[in-house]
Amino acid sequence: MAENTKWIISGAPHIHGSESVKKIMWGVVIALIPSFLVSVYFFGLQALVLTLVTVAACLVFEFLINRFLFKRACCLGDGSAMITGLLLALNLPANLPLWMAIVGSLIAIGVAKWAYGGLGNNPFNPALVGRVFLLISFPVAMTSWPCARALFGGHTLTDAVTGPTPLGIAKEGLKNGTVSDLAGQLPSYAEMFFGNMAGSMGEISAIAILIGGIYMLCRKIITWHIPVTFLGSAFIFAGILWMANPEQFMDPVFHLLTGGIMLGAVFMATDMVTSPMTNKGKLIFGVGCGVLTILIRTFGAYPEGVSFAILIMNAFVPLINRYATPKRFAVAK
Amino acid sequence: MKTFNIGGVHPHDSKLNADAPVKELPVPQQVCVMVSQHLGAPSQPIVKKGDKVKVGTVLTSNEAFLGAVVHSPVSGTVNKIADVVDASNYPKPAIFIDVEGDEWEDDIDRTPDIKREITLDAQEIIQRVKEKGIVGMGGACFPTHVKLMPPKDAKAEFLLLNGVECEPYLTCDYRLMLDHAEEIMIGATILMKALDVKQAIVGIEANKPKAIEHMSEIAKKYPGVSVQALKMKYPQGAEKQLIKALTGRAVPSGKLPINVGCVVDNVATCYAVYQAVQKNMPLIQRMVTVTGPCVSEPTNFLARLGSPVSAFLDAVGGVPENTGKVISGGPMMGKAIMNTEVSSVKGMSGILVLPEESAHRLPLYPCIRCGKCVEACPMGLEPYLIASTTMAKAFEQTEKAKVMDCIECGCCQFTCPANRPLLDCLKLGKATVGKIIRARNAK
Repeated sequence: MAENTKWIISGAPHIHGSESVKKIMWGVVIALIPSFLVSVYFFGLQALVLTLVTVAACLVFEFLINRFLFKRACCLGDGSAMITGLLLALNLPANLPLWMAIVGSLIAIGVAKWAYGGLGNNPFNPALVGRVFLLISFPVAMTSWPCARALFGGHTLTDAVTGPTPLGIAKEGLKNGTVSDLAGQLPSYAEMFFGNMAGSMGEISAIAILIGGIYMLCRKIITWHIPVTFLGSAFIFAGILWMANPEQFMDPVFHLLTGGIMLGAVFMATDMVTSPMTNKGKLIFGVGCGVLTILIRTFGAYPEGVSFAILIMNAFVPLINRYATPKRFAVAK
Repeated sequence: MKTFNIGGVHPHDSKLNADAPVKELPVPQQVCVMVSQHLGAPSQPIVKKGDKVKVGTVLTSNEAFLGAVVHSPVSGTVNKIADVVDASNYPKPAIFIDVEGDEWEDDIDRTPDIKREITLDAQEIIQRVKEKGIVGMGGACFPTHVKLMPPKDAKAEFLLLNGVECEPYLTCDYRLMLDHAEEIMIGATILMKALDVKQAIVGIEANKPKAIEHMSEIAKKYPGVSVQALKMKYPQGAEKQLIKALTGRAVPSGKLPINVGCVVDNVATCYAVYQAVQKNMPLIQRMVTVTGPCVSEPTNFLARLGSPVSAFLDAVGGVPENTGKVISGGPMMGKAIMNTEVSSVKGMSGILVLPEESAHRLPLYPCIRCGKCVEACPMGLEPYLIASTTMAKAFEQTEKAKVMDCIECGCCQFTCPANRPLLDCLKLGKATVGKIIRARNAK
């Protein structure tokens, strides 16, 4: 009997699938590699340095908060702080002063994540909270975009040329002019698709983001629902506006290829913790994000609205979860 | 290929050594027969210490509608009636019998001939099934005669035979379908007669092509019986999911299969019905899969009920050295047992030995709200919500989240990347809400 009692008693099921939090988190990190490489290619060493600093800051703050505020063992291994750091970096202009990036990391990890209880409990996407905090606190630094390809223009890190994003150009141009006046000022769609434009580090290259997104879809880390409805609804809404007045509104393809909408739809809005649980809920969430993005871009004060759109929809997630229940097997008659 | 409509997971099927021939487990020195081996009102022993019994002697009585009796699986002397821990890990009354020889009751037909002609009428069949202690052998142990007596407002249209065996590792139903297809078909015909239905469908998961082929071949000779291959997806063998896959009908929340005109029986139950009706044989033995990644020769045993787990493990070369957990049943829904003294019962389809390294639960992470449990739930529930409301003791919300529809299949916990103990919470919530509902209805 004695040896038998060593057997483990636990409830069913006694086997487990291959999914784990760690695998999901590191899967996202892998999916971010193409965007990261593109940003290093276009913005050079400063992009690499900024990413390293942001990631390191997030990991350090995660560790310190766990160790000294929560007084428990460190949980860096789950990879979530690493992702927050990476995503935050990819949402910043490459030439942002490093100390600002560190402040953003503190807000992301300390306020947006741990003030709510850590991984799984935060209602808002930590990286986006960090970014929006920086945008509001340091509007000039956060909107002085280094021009892509500055690396090959012979400039050194310190005096890289800055310029507005295509969205910024459009916003300014449409205040007093029409779409035709913008001709020549904007990069071509092909340049936008591959990332040859001004913007945040990770948002410039649609193709790199899509590669990461397809990888995550194959690994079943994300589902198609949020990216497709986000981009689809933005495309349709922008399309309606454009058809109503093509001289006053940018065309829908422009909206999909510029700004943070790709990065937002694939990486930020799909964050599991801050998106709805059911597929039905994800559809609602995606549509909300897409429509809000175009609303802010075309009618709001900011040229870019992805961060705000996602954060606003994050706030609706508990409500969406409550009403977008899954399809039941069968309801009683 | 047919399957159920929502949820489900795909565990590796791990059907080890499934094509090895069945062995007969030697009758042990002493058997320990649990007094109640069914779902429903408990039975009472009608033998006492010192009584001589034969194989097939009735050991218990049960007057309840939802009741089933137990027969002696061996011949010998009743040693004692005492409480003993069973697979639920709770002590329950059992009858210990010291084995002496192998003497059977005279009316049992032990010849291997297949008896095809059904002489009993519907009422006699139901009576016989009840007398011979037949219960559902897929694990739930629901008394079979109760299924054969539908309430007056319901009429059975389909008899569905469950040969899915969607639990990984288990192969006992597979072996039975290969070795005793003919008997299963006759059993199905008997059940069709008792229920007065014209159509019987055998559902078999696609990972058993040999069984599908063989059963289809035999089924040609039996009018009204057909075989349907089903997609490999867990829990394909759960009652409601099987009905959905085979007939397209959905059993509404809180209703029984008979409410949509279906009666579901396991193929092993069907075989037992054949034995009872055609051979007068009570349910005294069953096929048990003894398996596990470290078991040197996983085997299906035909074993008398009441044989201790130790006897099974000795027959496959003893307990593997690195054993960490022993499970009665399959890995998805089976119960971890405490020691090798636990004895086999009517519903024990397998003994699964897991090595130390896969016996432990994985490290716990916070819920990352990925929604994979919602996607996996074959009943369309929100396991995360039920679990969190249960842990917060907000049972009103647990009830509103339809915890009573949970079939306890374990898909949610299997798929959870944070390794949350979802099924533990769901079972607790279901039990508590069940109590609350019963108390409310009693008022």
